[in-house]
Amino acid sequence: MANDPRRTPLYDRHVELGARMVDFAGWEMPVYYVGINEEHRAVRARAGLFDVSHMGQIEVTGSGAEALLRKALASDIDRLEEGRAQYSFLLNDKGGIVDDLIVYRLPAGRWLLVVNAGTTQTDVVHLRALKQRGAALRDLSAETAMVALQGPVALELLADIWPKRTPAPETIPVFGCVERVVAGVPCLVARTGYTGEPGVELMCAADRGGDLWDGILARREHGVVPSGLGARDTLRLEMGYPLHGHDIDPKTTPIEAGLGRFVHLGRPFVGSAVLERQVAKGVKRRLTGLRLMDRAIPREGYAVLQDGAKVGAVTSGTLSPSIDRGIGLAYIPPEIAEPGTVLQIDIRGRERDAEVVPLPFHKKEG
Amino acid sequence: MPAEESYPDDLRYHRDHDWVRVDGDEAVFGITWHAQDALGEVVYFEPPAVGAAVAADGSYGSLESVKAVSDVIAPLAGTVTAVNDRVVESPELVNEDPYGDGWLIRVTLADPASVETLLDAAAYRALL
Repeated sequence: MANDPRRTPLYDRHVELGARMVDFAGWEMPVYYVGINEEHRAVRARAGLFDVSHMGQIEVTGSGAEALLRKALASDIDRLEEGRAQYSFLLNDKGGIVDDLIVYRLPAGRWLLVVNAGTTQTDVVHLRALKQRGAALRDLSAETAMVALQGPVALELLADIWPKRTPAPETIPVFGCVERVVAGVPCLVARTGYTGEPGVELMCAADRGGDLWDGILARREHGVVPSGLGARDTLRLEMGYPLHGHDIDPKTTPIEAGLGRFVHLGRPFVGSAVLERQVAKGVKRRLTGLRLMDRAIPREGYAVLQDGAKVGAVTSGTLSPSIDRGIGLAYIPPEIAEPGTVLQIDIRGRERDAEVVPLPFHKKEG
Repeated sequence: MPAEESYPDDLRYHRDHDWVRVDGDEAVFGITWHAQDALGEVVYFEPPAVGAAVAADGSYGSLESVKAVSDVIAPLAGTVTAVNDRVVESPELVNEDPYGDGWLIRVTLADPASVETLLDAAAYRALL
């Protein structure tokens, strides 16, 4: 039986702002406030503020924390200094992606995993099943609010609500994180995001999420606009960032998904044997960027064809607001995944030419 | 700018949220304010070919928003005599002016009397 969708601590703000709400991974979330294109362009040109409180936060502590994460994560956490984060994966023993996540190394032996909303419970079960002694897991999702402030002026805006006499937000390295009081709210501030723009993600206590949201939006002089999941999806897809459950899932590996650079092999972890073999022997399919040559929009599930024969399927697609072309990701054999190769996508019965292009689809000017 | 919600009295409506403006044995088809609002910003219109036959209750093309694809349903049967090329070029016209510049196709009706099978504005509004 379907449960009622959950609401984030910012739900009332979204309703007040007139957002169009949708069910996403069991959460009632804003898909847009004014319009997806307008919010997309605001993030590329100025700044957007996203409620990402639906995402999961799993804290790992205790004397066994590091042993657990060494075993569970495809990236090498021993490369992380305190106050730094990595993009990483939880894999099953076939190398399939149980979840993609960001792992933060915090002070005092605390580790934090920020995971996808729909997979949080699965991740906790997966981690517990590794039965690591001395590792304590806590799901902090319900008590955490999280927002993403993204765009070329995001750090400038943040500097206006930043504590005096602390190094400016620009001094946080990319994938670095610090604890700061922002707009009066104690936060974990991380130089991370899902848009390809400069910016931060901020986590705070659930009951302070509204104050943080209001404090950021009070700086409207920077041109910041509330932005919904619709723009978040078009922004991430223009960058070629995969979405779990669509472009990557428990049946695809990081190597097939072209994410091998985030995996640190040469040490044992769950799924490592399969990845070692795929790196040595190659893969049969690879997640690839396709850009439509006609004016048409690829969608998830559409077949990718070569000489009329199916060679793969689209996993995500949209009309790119930045390049005004249909773009999509698809798994296709690596020998035809060379940029410049022209394939066809079956768009509701019509074959449309699409060119293999390197990712990201959207490249920054200059 | 998106249009304000309205359902003009001089149009007839199909329950799948399409409208017809009848002029003798000719008619213009489009989608209602409700349909464009549900779809969100329209970014693509795939029209039928001029000369194509359209069947009542059948799909004659598609409109796409950033997030979704939606078939457009012919309220009445006929033959396509014109496609709104301005909407092909600027699909957002469907959101900005769904009953005016955002019209989709013009047809010669197979049976002009069949318009009586459609809803009037009051009956359509009652469905929403």
